[in-house]
Amino acid sequence: MTADALDAVFREEYGRAVSIVLRTTGDLGLAEDAVQEAFAVAAQHWPDEGLPQHPGAWIITTARHRAVDRFRREAARGEKEAEAALLRAASEPEPDPFGDDRLRLLFACCHPALAMPARVALALRILAGLTTAQIASAFLVAEATMGQRISRAKAKIRDAGIPFRIPPADELPARLAGVLAVVYLVYNEGYSAGLGAPPARAGLCAEAVRLARILRRLLPDEPEVRGLLALMLLSEARRDARSGADGVLVPLDEQDRSRWDASLLAEGLGIVKVSLGRGLLGPYQLQAAIQAVHCAAPSPAATDWRRVLRLYDLLAEAAPGPVVELNRAVALAEVAGPREALDAVDGLPLAGYHVFHAVRADLLRRLGRTEEASAEYAEAARLAPSAGERRFLERRGAELDA
Amino acid sequence: MAQYLISMYQPDGVVPPPEVLAPVMAQLGVLTEDLKAAGAFVFGDGLTDASSATVLKAEEGDVLITDGPYLEGKEHLGGFDIIEAPDLDAALGWARRFAEITGLPIEVRAFAGFAG
Repeated sequence: MTADALDAVFREEYGRAVSIVLRTTGDLGLAEDAVQEAFAVAAQHWPDEGLPQHPGAWIITTARHRAVDRFRREAARGEKEAEAALLRAASEPEPDPFGDDRLRLLFACCHPALAMPARVALALRILAGLTTAQIASAFLVAEATMGQRISRAKAKIRDAGIPFRIPPADELPARLAGVLAVVYLVYNEGYSAGLGAPPARAGLCAEAVRLARILRRLLPDEPEVRGLLALMLLSEARRDARSGADGVLVPLDEQDRSRWDASLLAEGLGIVKVSLGRGLLGPYQLQAAIQAVHCAAPSPAATDWRRVLRLYDLLAEAAPGPVVELNRAVALAEVAGPREALDAVDGLPLAGYHVFHAVRADLLRRLGRTEEASAEYAEAARLAPSAGERRFLERRGAELDA
Repeated sequence: MAQYLISMYQPDGVVPPPEVLAPVMAQLGVLTEDLKAAGAFVFGDGLTDASSATVLKAEEGDVLITDGPYLEGKEHLGGFDIIEAPDLDAALGWARRFAEITGLPIEVRAFAGFAG
């Protein structure tokens, strides 16, 4: 029984344990305290005695006892509250067979009344079981700052009366979209840190995938949950091929496709195939489907760009926005040529986005407008969020002169 | 059951013409009736103009009285309702109707429950 093994159990079981103990305490802070105490007890016993047969159940039982003890101890809480907690603890059936407790907690942590950074921090802390220090280093803020952000968010849940419940059917789509946005933001935070980022930041991608897997287990029939999972899996599959030995970005059409992770790819493609069979696609499913076309092509030249363009047309309808138009233009360039694509790109309000300039640079290059292309590569490089992307764009710019 | 303060903030000195104000007031009347019918209404009213406020401050054994309002600004609290709601989602449901009817920013805060 090593510290790593205990850490693994912690990450795996923390969110579930807190969500279940929450039923006993009715208070998130108390539930977390109790679960943390239970893990502290585990850290004392498990190294000598070995893992119990069901570590998660052991943690939950121990934490519940701790919570009830605390109610008994704290006379200030009043006899009535203690009794109510005892009663809830005693009358409970076997915990959470369908994961509803964790869902309730997730919807509270991702409530629209909380600011986005707070939602992200709570989801990683409570659902993914990351420590405050880990989250702080992933988002490049001081641990004290992150601790404050998390405790303030928990205080708001308590004081404002944010409910622990699964939203009713008429609110579910909007609220679920909010939850998925949190997960995707976690992924993008790790992805955009990208090449050469410290492991804690890059690890956010894996945490986002893990959160999406939890969500899929809890909500197996929600198409957009599967869509987001597939989108992230297909992106993760190509992660290693995305950077060369020198840490410089390798664009999709130059990637060594044998370096793509076959099992992640197969899983992502499998999910997309099922989604496409069911029709009526939401934004995440459409983005996953677009990635699937790229991933399924044996070579860049074999990419079915017409299909990509059709999917972008659907995406522009489902989730209109300038970034979608920009990506659509890349496909348009392959189908209709760079001039049409440039017309579609010009005027998009994306002057601060490096990809906008990179796309314009590429289109201008293909139209033989070398000088303008060179200026756009320089602007794209200036705005690039990572060194790997910047060096790639500088290299492209330099190749113009060659 | 918790109690929530629903505050409406409005720009100072802007009085909408009667043809705009009348339907808003009528809809607010309906909303108040709905709150009462749901057993959620505690109190609610609009405030007189913020420039009519008076501010008191205890200083060196004396209480200083000044012409208000306390906070400088171009917008002030224009009215509020106190409602009963089981949780924030229910309170936000009511507050949403205030926002839609008035077009004003609406702030929702839970009472701490000190009064028992």
